[in-house]
Amino acid sequence: MRNKYAPGKGIFALPYAVICIIFVVFPLLLLLVYAFRGEDGGFTFANFKEVFTNSTNYLALFKTAGTALLATGICLLIAYPIAYILAASPFNKYAILALLFVIPMWMNFILRIYALSSLLDMLGIGKSYFAAIIGLVYDFFPFMLLPIYTSLVNLDKSYAEAADDLGANGVVTFLKTTLPLSIPGIMSGVMMVFMPCFSAYAITDWMGDANTSVIGGKIQDLISHNQWGVGSALAFVLLVLVIAVMVIGNIVTKSRSKAENSALVRGGPAA
Amino acid sequence: MAEKTAIRTNGQGAEDTGAKGALKFDKIIEVRSVVKEFDGVTVVDNMNLSVKRGDFVTLLGPSGCGKTTLLRMIAGFITPTSGRIFLEGKDVTMLPPHKRPINTVFQKYALFPHLNVFKNIAFGLKLKRIPDYKRDKNGEPIIDIASCRPLLNESGAPVLDKKGKPVPDLTTGKPIEILRKFTKAEIKEKVNRVLKLVGLEGYGHRDTASLSGGQQQRVAIARALVLEPKVLLLDEPLGALDLKMRKEMQFELKKMHDELGITFIYVTHDQEEALTMSDKVVVISDGVIQQMGTPKKIYDEPANAFVANFIGESNILSGTMIEDYKVRFCGADFACEDKGFGKNEKVDLVVRPEDIFIYPAGSGKGQLSGTVSGIVFKGTYYEMNIVTAEYEFTVQNTACFAEGSRVELMIQPNGIHIMKKMRTVNEMITTVNGENTVDFHGGSFAFDNPENLQKGDRVKLSVAFDKIELTDDERDGVIGGNIGQSLYKGTYYQVQVYTDDDDDVYVDTPDEWDIDDRVGIVIRPEDIRVEKYDEQEEEREENVAEGSDDAE
Repeated sequence: MRNKYAPGKGIFALPYAVICIIFVVFPLLLLLVYAFRGEDGGFTFANFKEVFTNSTNYLALFKTAGTALLATGICLLIAYPIAYILAASPFNKYAILALLFVIPMWMNFILRIYALSSLLDMLGIGKSYFAAIIGLVYDFFPFMLLPIYTSLVNLDKSYAEAADDLGANGVVTFLKTTLPLSIPGIMSGVMMVFMPCFSAYAITDWMGDANTSVIGGKIQDLISHNQWGVGSALAFVLLVLVIAVMVIGNIVTKSRSKAENSALVRGGPAA
Repeated sequence: MAEKTAIRTNGQGAEDTGAKGALKFDKIIEVRSVVKEFDGVTVVDNMNLSVKRGDFVTLLGPSGCGKTTLLRMIAGFITPTSGRIFLEGKDVTMLPPHKRPINTVFQKYALFPHLNVFKNIAFGLKLKRIPDYKRDKNGEPIIDIASCRPLLNESGAPVLDKKGKPVPDLTTGKPIEILRKFTKAEIKEKVNRVLKLVGLEGYGHRDTASLSGGQQQRVAIARALVLEPKVLLLDEPLGALDLKMRKEMQFELKKMHDELGITFIYVTHDQEEALTMSDKVVVISDGVIQQMGTPKKIYDEPANAFVANFIGESNILSGTMIEDYKVRFCGADFACEDKGFGKNEKVDLVVRPEDIFIYPAGSGKGQLSGTVSGIVFKGTYYEMNIVTAEYEFTVQNTACFAEGSRVELMIQPNGIHIMKKMRTVNEMITTVNGENTVDFHGGSFAFDNPENLQKGDRVKLSVAFDKIELTDDERDGVIGGNIGQSLYKGTYYQVQVYTDDDDDVYVDTPDEWDIDDRVGIVIRPEDIRVEKYDEQEEEREENVAEGSDDAE
C-alpha cells in the first residue's frame, strides 16, 4: 500500500506556492492590515468611513470607470476588425502580421509611454485627457487583439460554411455565427484591458493633465502624503470592485447563450 | 437486364442546354467539363456528371480522389477552375452557397455550438423568405388598387367618388405580392416535424454538445432537410459513427430518401455503404470518373481493374476467350457467361473471392489446384490465400483448410466476370443477310460491298466505337437497345448498349445517357467494315500469333 505521507505530484507546486505567498498573499494581507489599522495601531473602520464619506472618491471612481470603459471600447473597435483580417489566412499565412502587433509588448511600458508622449508632443498634443486615452489604448491594445485573434483563428470554418449553406449572406453569417462564437475571445480581451485600465496610474499620470485624475493617482497621492490607512482602504475597495466586475462578466457570458437557447422553445421572446 | 424493356420517359426534353447535346433525362444537376486545381495540382480532372431528379447518387472513391471537392463545387463553397455546373438547366457555377437551393450535411456536422438543437434547425428557416400576399389584420390578401379596373354601374359607366375619380372594382385586382419571413408558429411546426422525421422528438431544447455522435448527425440532417432543398449533399456523414450506428443510419437515410423524394448526392469511401444505399454509384479515382452505374452493375461488371479492385475483394486476372462462353486463364479452361468477344481475344477478368469453391486435393471437383498459403478468420468466414501455378487467389469460405494443404479450386460460370481489354472497335462474326446488308445484333445494316459478298457468307464485321450513333427515339435506329453503363473517358462517354439479342455494343459518344435509357442504333454504311471470314484460315492465323502474344 502506498504511504499516505509520501510526497505526491503536489510537491512540485511548492515553489510556486511559496512565491505566491510571499508576493501575492502577503502584500494583500499587509494591505488589509493597513486598511483596518487606526493611527493608534488598533482595529478600526475609520479608514473605510473616510473612503466612503469623501465625495471626491466617488467622483474619481466613476471617472476612472468611464475612462477604462472608453479605452476598452476603443481597443475593441480597433482590435476586432484587425484580428478578423489577420485570422483570414491569405493576409497572415505565417502569423507574422499578428506578431508585429504584439512586438511592442516586449518593450518596457514606461519606455513606450515616454516615446508615445514625445511623439504626441511633436504632433502638438500635450498632456490631456485625450492623450491619456491614446496612451491607455496604445498600451493595452495587444491584450485585446491577441485573445480575439486566437479565438477567430481557432474558429472552425465549417460553421461559417454551414451558415452560408443555410442561406445566410456574408453579413448575416458574421453576425449569427462568427461574432457570437468569438465572444469568449472578446470577453477575455475586455477583461484584460478593462482591469489594468481601471487601476492604471502611471499612464494617466504621465500623459494626462490635472483633469485626468484617476483612482490610482488618488491612492498614490494618499500614500505619498503618509495616509497609509486610507490609501490601503481605497485600494482594497478598488480590488473588490475589479473582482466583482470580473465575476459578473463571466456569469453574463456563460448564461447568455443558455438564455438565448431556451427562449424560443419555451415560447418566450426570441433573441 | 430484367428491366430491359423499361422505357424511360423523357422528362424535359425541350429544355435543351445546348453545347453537348440533347437532354436525355430530367437532370437536376449537371456537371460539365469541370476542372479544379489547387496550387497547380489537378484534383478534379474534366468531370462530366448528370444527376437525375430524385436519385440517390453516391460518389465513391479513395480519400484524395476528388469526390469531396466535386461535392463542394456543387454546394458552391469552391468554384471550378474551368467548366460549368448547372442546376435545373441554370448555370450556378458562380452562385454563392446561400443562393443555391442545395443544402449540405457536413462531415463533422458543423452544428452551431452556441445554439441549441431547435435553433440550429431553425437557423435557415429564419433567413428564408417565401412568396406571399400582403395581408390585412384578418389575414385577407390586400388588393393592389392600381391593378383594378374601374367599377362600373348598371349602365356600364364608371362609378365616381366624391372627388370625381373612378372607384376601383376590387374584385378585378390582383393581391400585392411580397416576400415574407416564416412566422414563429410556422418555424416551430416545421422544426418539430423534421425532428420527428429524424427521431429526435422532444430534443429541441437540448444543447448540441450533450448529444451523442449519432444524434448530432440526425440534427445536422434535420437542419439541412427542413429547408426542403432541391438537392441534399452528404459529405461522408456517417464516417464518425461506430459500425452499428452506421448501419442504422444507412437504413434510415435510405428511408428518408424514399419518403421525401429529394435528390441525394452522397460522398463516401466505403464501398459497402455505396452499394447498399445508392440508385447510382459514381466511382472516382485520381479526379477522374472511372465508372457510373447501378450498384449491381458496378459490382458484377466492373469497367476496369481499378473499379474491380476498389469494389470489394477481387481476383483480377488476364485471360483469353477461347470461344463464346469459354475463357482460358491460369492454364485451364473455364465456362463463363460472356460471349461476343473475338476468337482468342485477350480479356481482363474478375473473380470475387466468395465465388471460388474450394475442395480437398484429389476430389476431382476443381479446375485448378493450389496450396493454401495463408488464413485469416473474418468472423463469419475464413479468407484464404491460395497459390496456384500462375496466380495467388483470395478465397472466402465458411470451411477452413489447413495452411500448406493442397486444394482444388472450382469457379462456376456466373462467378467469372469478363472485362474487355481496352478496345476501340466492336468486332463480331456474322452473316450477310441480304443484298449489301449484314446482320448486326438482329438488325439488317447496309454496308458498302466492294468484295461483292453474297447472302449467307460468313463475315467478320468491325465498327469503331465512335462511328456508332445513338438516337433518342428507338424507331430512328435500325435496332434498339438499353443503356447498360457509361464510363467517362475524358472527352467522351464510352457507353455499353445492351441489344435485344442479349449482347452488348460499345459506343463512344459525347452525350451522356442514363442507365436503362432506350435508344436506337444507327451506323452509316461506309463505317461498317466487312471482311470475308474463313473459319479454318482464321484459326491457323491465331495459332501462329499465339506464341508471340504471351508477352501481353
